[in-house]
Amino acid sequence: MKGARHAHAIAAGSLSGLLFLIAWEVLGRWLEVKPVVLPLPTQILAEIIDAHDWYLDHSLFTLMTTLAGFALSVVLGVLIAAILVSSRLFERYLYPLIVALNNVPKVAIAPLFVIWMGTGTEPKIAIAFLIAVFAIIVDTVHGLRSVPPDVADLAHVLRGSWWQVFTKVNLPCALPSILSGMKIAISLALVGAIVGEFVSSQRGLGYVIMSAQGMFDTVRVFAALFILSALGLLLYAAVVWMEARFTAWRPAKEE
Amino acid sequence: MNGRSIIEAQAVRKVFPGKHGVTALERVDVDIPAGRFISILGPSGCGKSTFLRCVGGIERITSGSLRVRGREVNGPPEGIGFVFQRDALLEWRNIRRNLLLPVEFARKPLAQYRDKVEELLAMTGLADFADRYPHQLSGGMRQRAAICRALIDDPDLLLMDEPFGALDAITRDQMNIELQRIWMSTRNTVLFVTHGIAEAVFLGDEVMVFSPRPGRIARTLRIDLPRPRPLSIRETKAFGDYVAEIRDLFQQMGIFKERDNAPASGNLMEGKA
Repeated sequence: MKGARHAHAIAAGSLSGLLFLIAWEVLGRWLEVKPVVLPLPTQILAEIIDAHDWYLDHSLFTLMTTLAGFALSVVLGVLIAAILVSSRLFERYLYPLIVALNNVPKVAIAPLFVIWMGTGTEPKIAIAFLIAVFAIIVDTVHGLRSVPPDVADLAHVLRGSWWQVFTKVNLPCALPSILSGMKIAISLALVGAIVGEFVSSQRGLGYVIMSAQGMFDTVRVFAALFILSALGLLLYAAVVWMEARFTAWRPAKEE
Repeated sequence: MNGRSIIEAQAVRKVFPGKHGVTALERVDVDIPAGRFISILGPSGCGKSTFLRCVGGIERITSGSLRVRGREVNGPPEGIGFVFQRDALLEWRNIRRNLLLPVEFARKPLAQYRDKVEELLAMTGLADFADRYPHQLSGGMRQRAAICRALIDDPDLLLMDEPFGALDAITRDQMNIELQRIWMSTRNTVLFVTHGIAEAVFLGDEVMVFSPRPGRIARTLRIDLPRPRPLSIRETKAFGDYVAEIRDLFQQMGIFKERDNAPASGNLMEGKA
C-alpha cells in the first residue's frame, strides 16, 4: 500500500518535471533565447556529460560537506534538545535564547566562520550544521515533550535509569518528530554547504556557480543548479526512506 | 506493625501545591494485609487515584507515613506492577517486547522470561498476537497486554488505576471475569481503583470507599461472596445488598441527590441499572 503510493507520487513528479523541461526546450528554441541569458536543457545536459568527471568531483565535495553538517546537526541537535527538556530551568531560559538565535540570518554569519576557521572544509561544515541544527532542536523538543503522561509514569514505576528512560521510552517516542525535523534539516544543510562555498572556496558546486558567474558562463551555472536540484531531491528521498523504515510500526496514515 | 501487612498508611496527607493548593488526601489510615483484592471506590476527583499513585511512588505524600512491606515509600517500590487507565503500551514495540520492557529495565536476562511471556499471553487469549503492534489490537486486548506486562515479574503488589475505565460495558464485564481468574491463580495483593460500584463489589475481597475531596476512607466493607464469582452473581440478593449499602453511603455523603431529579452521576451506577 505505502510502497505503491510512493511509486505513484514519484511517477507523477517525474512526469511533470519532464513536461517542464520539454516546455522550456520548445519555448527556448521558438523564442531564440540567447544561451547567456537562459540556456536550453539539452545544452545544460550536454555540458554535464561533457565534463562529467569535473562535475562529479565538485558534487562529491558538496555532498560530503552537506552530510557532515547534517550528521553533526542530528547528533548535537538531539543532544541539545535532550538537555533542554531535562530541566524546567533550561527550558525556560535557554530555549527562548535558542529560538532567538534561530532568527539571526545565518547566511550573514557565514563570513565570520571563514575568519574563525579558515578557508578549508571546516567552515562549510560549520555553516551547514548551524543552518540545519535548529530544525532538529525544535522538532526533537516537541517530540520529547509529547511523551504521554501514562508512559512517563510507567517509566518512573519501572525504576529505570535516566539513560534507560531516554533510550527506551523518550527517544523512540520522539523519533517521528525527529525524523520530520531531519527532512527539513537535510535541505537546509545543503543550503548551508553552498553558502559556505559561496563565501570562499576552490571546490564544490557553490564554487562552480561563483566562478562560472564571473565568466558569464550561464550554461555552467545552470549545470551546477541541475546537479544541485538532483542532489537535494536524492538526499530528501533518503531521509523519507529512513522515516518509512523507522516508523513502520505506525498505523498507515489516512489520506 | 503487623507482619502480614503489605501496605500501612498513617495520617497520610497529600496536598498538590499551586495557587489554589488542592488537598487530595486527608488523614488516610489503613492497614492492608497481603494477598487480598482491595477495591478502592469513590466519586471522580476524590483522591483514590492519588492514593494509588502515592503507594506506587509516583506521587510523594505531603505528611504522614506510608509504608510498603514495612519500608517508607520514597520513589517506586521494587516488585510492584502498575496498570494505568490508558494502557501505556509503547506503540513502536510489538506485544512481546512490550511485555519484556520491565525485564529490560530491571536488567534481568530476557531469555529467562520467554516462557513467562507465552504463558501470560496464552492466559489472556493473546497468544496469536505476540508479534502484533499495539495499534493492531482492540482496546480490550491492549489493556490485557498491559496487565500481562504488569505481571511479567510476578509482583506481589499489583496497583490498578481504573484499568477498565476506557472500555465499553461488555468488554469491561469480560475483563472483570478474566482479572478474577488471573488473580485467583496469582493471589497477590491488588489495589483496584474504580468508580463503578458493581465492579468494585464484584472483584473485591474488600471495598474501601473514599469520601469526596479531601479524600478519606469513609468505610471499608468486607465482601463475603464465594469465588469464582460468575457475572450472574450481580443479580443475587447478597450482591444487591452490598451495592445498596454503598449507594446509601454515597447518598449520606451527598454524592447522589435523587430528590432533585437530577441525572445523579449516572456513571457511578453503571452495571446496576
